[in-house]
Amino acid sequence: MSETTNNPPRIAPPHPLREFWEYFSENRGAVVGLLVIVIITLLAVTADLVAPHPPNEQYRDALLRPPFWQDGGSFLYPLGTDAVGRDMLSRIIHGARYSLMIGALVVTLSLAAGVSLGLVAAFFRGPVEIGIMRAMDVMLALPSLLLAIVVVAILGPSLVNAMFAIAIVYLPHFVRLTRASAISELSRDYVTASRVAGAGLLRLMLITVLPNCMAPLVVQATLGFSSAILDAAALGFLGLGAQPPTPEWGTLLAEAREFVLRAWWVVTFPGLAILITVLAFNLMGDGLRDALDPKLKR
Amino acid sequence: MTAAPVVEGVDLTRHYRVGRGIFTASADLKALRGASFSLPAGRTLAVVGESGCGKSTLARLVTLIEPPTSGQLLLDGIDATAADKAVLKTLRRTVQIVFQDPYGSLNPRRKVGAILEEPLAINTRMSPAERARAARDMMARVGLRPEYYDRYPHMFSGGQRQRIAIARALMLRPKLVVLDEPVSALDVSIQAQVLNLLVDLQEEFDLAYLFISHDLSVVRHFADEVMVMYLGRAVEQGPRDVVFESPQHPYTRALLSSTPVADPALRGEKIKLTGELPSPTDPPSGCAFNPRCPYAYERCRTDPPELKPSHGRQVACHAVAEGRLEEMQAPKPVF
Repeated sequence: MSETTNNPPRIAPPHPLREFWEYFSENRGAVVGLLVIVIITLLAVTADLVAPHPPNEQYRDALLRPPFWQDGGSFLYPLGTDAVGRDMLSRIIHGARYSLMIGALVVTLSLAAGVSLGLVAAFFRGPVEIGIMRAMDVMLALPSLLLAIVVVAILGPSLVNAMFAIAIVYLPHFVRLTRASAISELSRDYVTASRVAGAGLLRLMLITVLPNCMAPLVVQATLGFSSAILDAAALGFLGLGAQPPTPEWGTLLAEAREFVLRAWWVVTFPGLAILITVLAFNLMGDGLRDALDPKLKR
Repeated sequence: MTAAPVVEGVDLTRHYRVGRGIFTASADLKALRGASFSLPAGRTLAVVGESGCGKSTLARLVTLIEPPTSGQLLLDGIDATAADKAVLKTLRRTVQIVFQDPYGSLNPRRKVGAILEEPLAINTRMSPAERARAARDMMARVGLRPEYYDRYPHMFSGGQRQRIAIARALMLRPKLVVLDEPVSALDVSIQAQVLNLLVDLQEEFDLAYLFISHDLSVVRHFADEVMVMYLGRAVEQGPRDVVFESPQHPYTRALLSSTPVADPALRGEKIKLTGELPSPTDPPSGCAFNPRCPYAYERCRTDPPELKPSHGRQVACHAVAEGRLEEMQAPKPVF
């Protein structure tokens, strides 16, 4: 920036995306996280081409084969097979589709609902706000997995219902975050200026205030993405999420439970897949928070 | 100038209900306890007073951000306090505001062009190309380069931001602009530039300014009329020169004598007020200024004084009305 300060009127403003990337790429972990997420997304999209076997094909002559580097393993089944002879690697690659879909849908649902409720609470103070916020407090008072189990129990166990349940569990975080930042933005003069110019309620909400609340919401969304994958896996493990033979990661773990002592690979690899994905999203969320926080900008 | 007033306030009041905890009853905060004024096109009325005297509340009432608790507000001859929604929408266009803090008054996520065009997008049926042209014209008028159109507010200095805020206020061609301490957040050298810009724009667009300030030297330079407020009420109101040359009300005298003067030879004796501004939830009976007034006597503690003509301006003071105060010459600031 030193050569531009000599001639202030000529400063070419850096494009916002470019500026964002400069701050984001300073955080190594965040870049690694982003890279991992891109790889997993590519694998999920191209699963049919990349995976060596169909995910539900049972090879009856190859039950519980170990991974290739162990005695009895072969490159035909690189990460081994499960108790009914399905290739673990193929199931994990196909499972990425479910996990990413769960994360994306849950975050979209709770972000959309949470932002709307939060904005309404911030703009209509009084009884409306009290009603919304106390309802959210009640939801926060219940342990999240327990609440998800209750919702699934009401709706019936399936992957879609599990996603709804998790979206409901994460709703209060988004509502509170939106309301808090919207209230602090509402007291600023530029909102009053918009009002004096005659801006209506929707314009104030969506065009004036919401874009200024986005930084914490983006961060919460990426972190919620990883928690959603984790919670979906937990529900799957309990038999309340994806139903067999869906190769969802949590369900893979649940199916392999009884073979833990005999065949370590049937639980280790799905577990690692969950761990790595969640870690990648958390790292990226961290980097996003740093890059989007105006207080950390120079 | 005897044109019809652009804005006229008749006995405007504004009370806020404030809760004081669970066990005490909520109280009325009387932020504005009756202000009357009228302002023709092309003129500037300055409202001065210390913090908490109701200056900013008055600004919020005039810009229709809040309705008055009682009293009448006439904009362009139309009663805004009794107007329905459609009329209010058109009245809004006649009043705009420039805020004190240029860092908080511009939306950080929108480009200068979008900020300037927003009032047009809301209130007119102009096409995007026409709006862009109008925005660029206005930028040229307030002294901003046309290439700033695509920049974000954080790329500008305080003075440039205040120019953007002024341009935004003028986009709808209002008749009245409320200036809520428009230069007090700026450097002195920038203050002069912005004030000169405001003077030029006033001539060009025949604007009426309601200028809210606590900086008396700026007021003296800028205003035509002055209204001195204390605890939600006007205590002295009149033409600038009359008020500044020979202030009548004891509060005005104290206020003017506290203005810093550069030349020691011209410094007069400073009048020191004791005590604090009383709480607006529980104003003193009689004249609000009586606990701090060196001339207060029995009548001041029971009988609230009304604004009465005296020496070419309006003063609300029993002592002045009864001729008990000696004349006082205010120190002349040197520019």
